[in-house]
Amino acid sequence: MRQFIVLLQKELIKIRRDSFLPKLILSFPILIMLISPMLATMDVRNVNVAVVDLDHSTTSHRIISHIKASEYLSLVGATSEFDLAMERLEEGRVDVIVQIPDHFERDMGVSTPEKISIIANAVNATKGTMGTQYVIQTIAHALVEVRNEKNPNQMSELVTVQNRFNPTLNYRHYMIPALMIIIFILVCGFLPALSIVEEKEVGTIEQMNVSPVSRFTFTLSKLIPYWAIGIFVLIAAMMIAHLVYGLLPAGSFWVILLGTVLFILTISGFSLTAANFSDTMQQIMFILFFFIMIFILMSGLLTPIDSMPDWAQTFTLLLPPRYFVDILRSVYLKGTTLSELWQDFVALGSFSVLFNILAAVTYKKQA
Amino acid sequence: MSEIVISVRNLTKTFGNFIAVNNISFDVYKGEIFGFLGANGAGKTTAMRMLSGLSYPTSGKGTVAGFDVSREGEMIKRHIGYMSQRFALYNTLTVGENINLFAGIYGLSKKSAEKRTEELLAELKFSSERNTLVKALPLGWKQKLSFAIATVHKPDVVFLDEPTSGVDPVTRRQFWEMIYKAAEGGTTIFVTTHYMDEAEYCSRVSIMVDGEVRALDTSTRLKEQFNAESMHEVFRTLARDAERGELET
Amino acid sequence: MKNSFLSFIKKESLHILRDKVTMLIVMLIPVVLIVLFGFAISTEVNNVDVAVVAPERTDGVVDAVNRIAHNDYFTFCGYIDPDQIDQELRSGKVSAVIVFASDFDRRMAQISTGLPSTPIIQLVVDASNVNTAGASTAYLQEILLGTASQQAMFETRMLFNPQMKSAYNFVPGIMGLIVILVCAMMTSVSIVREKEVGTMEVLLVSPIRPSKIIFSKMIPYFVISCLVLIIILLLSYYLLHVPMSGGVWGIFSLSLLYVLLSLSLGLMVSIVAKTQVMALLISAMVMMVPMLLLSGMLFPIENSPIFFQYFSNIVPARWYVEAIRKMMIQGSPFLAVWKEFTILLGMTVAFLGVSLIKFNDKLE
Repeated sequence: MRQFIVLLQKELIKIRRDSFLPKLILSFPILIMLISPMLATMDVRNVNVAVVDLDHSTTSHRIISHIKASEYLSLVGATSEFDLAMERLEEGRVDVIVQIPDHFERDMGVSTPEKISIIANAVNATKGTMGTQYVIQTIAHALVEVRNEKNPNQMSELVTVQNRFNPTLNYRHYMIPALMIIIFILVCGFLPALSIVEEKEVGTIEQMNVSPVSRFTFTLSKLIPYWAIGIFVLIAAMMIAHLVYGLLPAGSFWVILLGTVLFILTISGFSLTAANFSDTMQQIMFILFFFIMIFILMSGLLTPIDSMPDWAQTFTLLLPPRYFVDILRSVYLKGTTLSELWQDFVALGSFSVLFNILAAVTYKKQA
Repeated sequence: MSEIVISVRNLTKTFGNFIAVNNISFDVYKGEIFGFLGANGAGKTTAMRMLSGLSYPTSGKGTVAGFDVSREGEMIKRHIGYMSQRFALYNTLTVGENINLFAGIYGLSKKSAEKRTEELLAELKFSSERNTLVKALPLGWKQKLSFAIATVHKPDVVFLDEPTSGVDPVTRRQFWEMIYKAAEGGTTIFVTTHYMDEAEYCSRVSIMVDGEVRALDTSTRLKEQFNAESMHEVFRTLARDAERGELET
Repeated sequence: MKNSFLSFIKKESLHILRDKVTMLIVMLIPVVLIVLFGFAISTEVNNVDVAVVAPERTDGVVDAVNRIAHNDYFTFCGYIDPDQIDQELRSGKVSAVIVFASDFDRRMAQISTGLPSTPIIQLVVDASNVNTAGASTAYLQEILLGTASQQAMFETRMLFNPQMKSAYNFVPGIMGLIVILVCAMMTSVSIVREKEVGTMEVLLVSPIRPSKIIFSKMIPYFVISCLVLIIILLLSYYLLHVPMSGGVWGIFSLSLLYVLLSLSLGLMVSIVAKTQVMALLISAMVMMVPMLLLSGMLFPIENSPIFFQYFSNIVPARWYVEAIRKMMIQGSPFLAVWKEFTILLGMTVAFLGVSLIKFNDKLE
């Protein structure tokens, strides 16, 4: 026990005396939580729309004013020259062009009118699709309005939509749990491994290996500070989410805590395993970079797993963060309970056991 | 003769085709300063790592402080001190913190660790440097501190791997005084070095060439045996036809 | 002097080449990541799980459900009871529930004959993922109401990326992210390593000018990066089918400049960092976040608050991603990205200049 205490003291002193680490550990999570929700938004707003109005009717004017009024769209201008609009689109100043054909209003009442064309710049696929959808919805509303004026009561909204769990459609609320997970991955994934490999490079680890310290004690003394930092990150992040972004977890804090603990165990175990396979800082850097990039980009943190091709979706089953993303988002936004998420917890728990066993087994005290 | 602390019989270590240590046998007695000499690459460090439980022998037997090197590495570690060729204390910890850390690692209670810290600081005449960060110490002082820390738990044997390389002559002198003092206290010292004058300070000297122990006796008798003026010459005679490692004197 | 410079470069290159494993890893990592992400990452809304609540499974309802079941965007997960809606959504088993009115068929008939009507379908959507919710609401309305809605009146065209392949969208971003991080990490860590081990001091006391020492360190990494770049471009073209219609040479030269910029950034980091750990943490962890969030690779920059839009101007990846997107996907010629090219060039010169001055300062 005494052995363990002095080792833990050593770790804490090392972290505290470092010229960079304490600042990083304190400021990095806080800054990310404060700033990133404002940046990490795929919320498509300010879609620039140009209208090519060949009809010049009440209806086409109604459409234009609806586009102007939409909170998602911003009207760049209306023209009757298609080429001009196209030029603007190529320059990147217009995202979507709406072309209202000649005699649209006249034909609308009688037969099937010539179609309204919508041309989107899809270089940014998200903006292309979402922008087009918004434009269609906006025009549809405008047309319903026009018809209702002509024959009152003929049509009203046929479909009502109820947005659960995030009624204001706030993209930040969707991203906040993801950002927390990115911090956990970076802090608890990078730091323990670097601390071990540093000891290897400096040679102090040999002094440990020739002492009666068991690998379990040594490993634990390395991990505990980072576990504590992980919990600190969780609490700080939850407070910022609440105070700055008004997001409180819909579900139980204890379920979140349990998930976080399991995840921190998993990712730090992974970190140690990686450290055991590297002798130099350069090696560990590439190993960590490789896996951490995959963790961040493939676990559904930033883009939905459902959007991936089937083989990739199967592949994500091997990524521990994937389960935690599911847990944290569901509990935070939807209030999902532990029993509803048992599969995720079992998976995450298994990974934490697996990685920590792996870390202990691959740590060599003698050759 | 007094009791045997290290006993080695036919100890061998191979890495693939390379025989790093070839069938060595010797005994080291309690309180001895045992000099373990050899050119770079002769296999000194490999042999020493096996004796200190850092590496398993490929074949052969050895006991250190009564424990088997192949099976009881962890027990050996409790009874030995080790000072590596590379400085291996924590740079960002102070002198006092380093001593306290290793005292704790070797199972000293908090109280006896404090007492031992005072003792060692006094011995080193380091009391004023207690709160200095280790990285700020000059090299010679670091080496002395490393040695003190290797003896923090009063081990049966202390292994020293090239403890004085790069250290100025005055500090080397002081360092050897510390070694003598520890040996007088009954600690066995197992030291590798390539300073031949230091070999003269040892109770007995073994010389390794190409993974084998080619000579083993007191330095006086070795000089007689090889008809040499100094240990330097003895070493040169032995190492002349070495196949590996450069001659380093 | 020139000879010693060459021998220096040789020494550096040998040093790197000798470590075959590291070499292999350096080459392999960017390639694997880009192929993996190029194929896998997508923001398209796909495979949305849908459940249906229908008091009566009339012909009209069954017909509508069939249309959903056969649609690529949706996966039909079965009928549920109204009181299960909440639980199904919360547990994440489904992302949307369609609730049909009990007299759905009759009211649909009324609509087609032009009679007034009130809502006949309710969509209950899991809006925790805003984009999925928005897109699936729109698609569902389109499918469910079919000709009864206004949707049939539109004809849409997606320019430049007609199949909406996300690989197109993400390859430039991923390239921008990975190239800068890998290059900065390699240079900063290797230079700081020499500082830590002490070999840097040996070099500095030699008669070779510090600027040459720096360049000799960067050249081997530059060569490696070029190789990586070539592989990436070949893979993007042949494997991911990114069009590259703006001309290969333009794309290549812009990328070369970007590599140089990234190496210089690594150099700057190496001057600030005292230890390898610090160098690594700055160039991998601290820089990763702004590169990810402010380069426009995933999140449109115009969505950020105005301050950060200005701030994104100093994020090199932003300019690279923008320019490479124009050339790779929109097919703009090299001339069309002169602005981005100049900015990147300016940044490179600035980083290199600052590093050299600081490096010289340290010698005094």
